Amino acid sequence: MPTRGVAEDTEEHMQANAEIQSVAAERAYSVPLSEIDVSDPKLHQADAIWPYFSRLRQEAPVHYTPDSDFGAFWSVTRYKDIMNIETQPKAFSSEAARGGITIMDGNEVATLPMFIAMDPPKHDAQRKVVSPIVAPHNLAKLEGLIRQRTAERLDELPLNEEFDWVQEVSINLTTKMLATLFDFPYEDRHLLTHWSDIATTLPGAGLIDSEEERMVEVQACAEYMTRLWNERVNSEPGPDVLSMLAHSDKTRNMSPEEFLGNMFLLIVGGNDTTRNSMSGGLLALNQHPGEYEKLAANPELVQSSLVPEIIRWQTPLAHMRRTANTDIEFAGQKIRKGDKVIMWYVSGNRDERSIDRPNEFIVDRQRPRQHLSFGFGIHRCVGNRLAELQLRILWEELLQRWPDPMQIEVTGQPKRILSNFIKGYESLPVRINA
Amino acid sequence: MKITFIEYDGTAREVEAAQDDTLRDVALDNLVPGIDGDCGGGCACATCHVFIDEEWQAKLPPLSDDEDMMLALCDDRTEASRLGCQIKLGPELDGLVVRTPEGQH
Repeated sequence: MPTRGVAEDTEEHMQANAEIQSVAAERAYSVPLSEIDVSDPKLHQADAIWPYFSRLRQEAPVHYTPDSDFGAFWSVTRYKDIMNIETQPKAFSSEAARGGITIMDGNEVATLPMFIAMDPPKHDAQRKVVSPIVAPHNLAKLEGLIRQRTAERLDELPLNEEFDWVQEVSINLTTKMLATLFDFPYEDRHLLTHWSDIATTLPGAGLIDSEEERMVEVQACAEYMTRLWNERVNSEPGPDVLSMLAHSDKTRNMSPEEFLGNMFLLIVGGNDTTRNSMSGGLLALNQHPGEYEKLAANPELVQSSLVPEIIRWQTPLAHMRRTANTDIEFAGQKIRKGDKVIMWYVSGNRDERSIDRPNEFIVDRQRPRQHLSFGFGIHRCVGNRLAELQLRILWEELLQRWPDPMQIEVTGQPKRILSNFIKGYESLPVRINA
Repeated sequence: MKITFIEYDGTAREVEAAQDDTLRDVALDNLVPGIDGDCGGGCACATCHVFIDEEWQAKLPPLSDDEDMMLALCDDRTEASRLGCQIKLGPELDGLVVRTPEGQH
């Protein structure tokens, strides 16, 4: 059974991270507030952002960074403030033409027309087409297939030897899920993962070196998807996303750009977020052995609180962005029309003002569903229940096979993704002790 | 006050409620299944979606733009749809019957 060499990363990378973390702990509180820039992807990759966000929440909950690699931006770091912004789509726009929903400008995929980066009324019309596919009654139909694939995969995993959980479990399962949603040719499903990664990667992080390269790959995706679209348009309506888009009045006359944009939305939205929660949950349990013991003793927690707590803890998307439609005073700060406003979910999910003991990973937390990872307001993640379903099934099947605490053991350091948007893992070395 | 919750499968439950409680809080406090209320009651997630029979509609607080905006997210929205977090209980709602959807999204 093929296993990738784990943690291709070197001692050097891990050392560098440790240094960045210790510098951050000191620097976060000693530099002037005006010098704090939480957009630095290296801070996120080194898992060193936390002291900066703690300080901002406390001292400057709506904080302006006048210059960075991503331009000027406001950081909103408290849970309630983030929720406030998300429930004011008229004042804070998601529109692609104004910059879209990530901090990065110039990523042409992120500025393709897709409903996450639209305002009402167009947003509503397009979301409504996709929403039923991932609504609870439809998910019930998918559950059997998800469980079957999960079970098959887990039964293929090597025992008592190290392998990379990210490749062998997280990417493997979420790719299959996406292929199912799209009724995508199964043998080509790796393309979905590939295009998803290409869409969000930073040039220079290892996959592409330029925006031009990105667009070459995007074009390949466009051609493939267009071919599939044409097949679906000319067939009877089916239960997959492509077919629904191809047959609905609201979307079948989408422009090629809109079609491509919405494809990327669904591929990205449904892909590495769930993937990184699958990895992050295992890591969290290993880092908190008392919680892993609690879970092992109470496997019914998988049905109630485990999954939302994993999703909160991981916060698979570190931020979402809005653009101010007018001059607006918010939390005592004067935001100007056109300003970029970054809602740092990763900070809000650790906000002690809204979440009890937020810096603890607690598998039987009282109010586990109160977190920002799916966002709030009209853009709240449409796939949230599907994500939860996949994670629930994964943990049910894992605990059935390997029920003892620490039996699924993380054996080394994770390598984190270089990004201030995608919060996740390139690799996670694991050994199943059976 | 007494509120009756009827699940999608027809299971009915009568629970005690106090004036000024919201339907969402009454449901969660009484472990009534079928309501999630993920955002904590801030009209921001539409996972406290409920159906209120026509006879009670006139007694409910009016539908705000914000509530309407969020209800638009519900695939199974009907004329009877409201968000539980936006319905604060007054004496005129004693005996209210609330139906919960097949699932919250």
